[in-house]
Amino acid sequence: MISALGRRTLALVEAAGRWGFFVTDLGRALSDVGTWSRLLAGQMRRIGVDSLPVAMFIAAFTGVVLALQASYTFTGAVPMYFVGTLVGKTMMLELGPVLAGLALAGRVGATMAAELGTMKVTEQVDALETLAYDPQSYLVLPRVLAATLMFPVIVALSILVGICTGWLTSLVLLHLSTPEFIKGLKIFYRFKDTWFGLFKSATFGGTIALVGCRVGLSTYGGAEGVGRSTTRAVVYSAVLILVLDAFWAVVLL
Amino acid sequence: MIEFRDLHKAFGPKPVLTGLTLTVKDRETMVIIGYSGTGKSVALKHVVGLLHPDAGDVIVDGRAVSTLDRPGLTALRRDIGYVFQFAALFDSMTVADNVALGLRRRGLGEEEIADRVREALALVDLTGTDERMPAELSGGMRKRVGIARAIALRPKYILYDEPTTGLDPVTAAVMDRLMVRTREHLGVTGVVVTHDLRSAYTVGDRIAMLYEGRIRQVATVSEIQATEDPVVRQFIEGRAA
Repeated sequence: MISALGRRTLALVEAAGRWGFFVTDLGRALSDVGTWSRLLAGQMRRIGVDSLPVAMFIAAFTGVVLALQASYTFTGAVPMYFVGTLVGKTMMLELGPVLAGLALAGRVGATMAAELGTMKVTEQVDALETLAYDPQSYLVLPRVLAATLMFPVIVALSILVGICTGWLTSLVLLHLSTPEFIKGLKIFYRFKDTWFGLFKSATFGGTIALVGCRVGLSTYGGAEGVGRSTTRAVVYSAVLILVLDAFWAVVLL
Repeated sequence: MIEFRDLHKAFGPKPVLTGLTLTVKDRETMVIIGYSGTGKSVALKHVVGLLHPDAGDVIVDGRAVSTLDRPGLTALRRDIGYVFQFAALFDSMTVADNVALGLRRRGLGEEEIADRVREALALVDLTGTDERMPAELSGGMRKRVGIARAIALRPKYILYDEPTTGLDPVTAAVMDRLMVRTREHLGVTGVVVTHDLRSAYTVGDRIAMLYEGRIRQVATVSEIQATEDPVVRQFIEGRAA
């Protein structure tokens, strides 16, 4: 029992140490601007543009559901223009960043883990090293930076789409007027609502990419190993997004 | 000159290298032979710092590899071309981009890169394959692209990890000819890891047999062929124990 506990503790410390080295190496790779800057735009397009359809789809339906649920809750008790308040606040502060983050943990995190995992088991990462490239600056840094920069853009558009579908739902199904919806939207709005959600999404993006790359680069064991890494990257990212979400709520709200 | 000095490496409880000592002289091709799983590729990876030794070291032109920091390793790797067992081509890049990648790292102009890529592909008889993807190539062609990628850098040393494994006899002979041609054209020092004896006899100046983690015998091709050492004899005759 005690030795098992000791082993687990040691494994945990070892894992923390490996993460520490990984992040330190990443910081050091920042100085290799010539390598990562050439690859950044391509990664931004892949992570940003290619992820937009999924994120927009989720946001569109979230906006509809939020408006309908708000109306269901408020009817007879709270003025209906508060539908706008609930849709706006919830999309900006919580559901926009978190739902997009969780969806993209699946899409972006899994892709990175699978891609880098395959490169690892087929010795492409070793080949890169023998060609005098640092895998951190060639593979990891462009992905982490691109995800950190593009997630706020994706989430901003998601919030916009969610609010628009919430407004359309209010108009068509709840017979609310546009001025009423906008009144609700503006009534408790603070600039912090916007930057909080976008800042949070930037940290989600960086985390998803970090986890995807780290897990991908530690892959071993052929195709089965790549499968294992992909699953692990999605699970770790999802858990970390929820933990970070709570952390930022405690620290910043 | 590459010197393996009392190199030790274990993976978990399993020792792989237990005191490997070997010197590869400039401009020679040293072939390391041995049974599968005896640590031949592991030894090779220590030369470029892909693995870190538990004890001992590899010394390349006076530089102890395990003590080098990242810039030191990068400088060392600029002198060494590495041909991987399964070629390790970047599957999202064309053949030309694969060969050019290392050259871009060296900051060469695009015109010079194009010339070097053309020259390297010609040397491995793959002219005209520039725009093909690795997935469209046969195993032998992929290995030749791997060699082109290494020689395009005009390295001082080339390390070949099982260059003929998995190839038919004719393609393997083509690979052997390529390795000999590379040495003749570029004057590079080579280390070839293989268990293909025909290849070893064709390309090697000297042959070293790795057995139980250390060098059992190192000698010229003719000396190895006439060896009295029972372990080496058994290996080169391909006799079951």
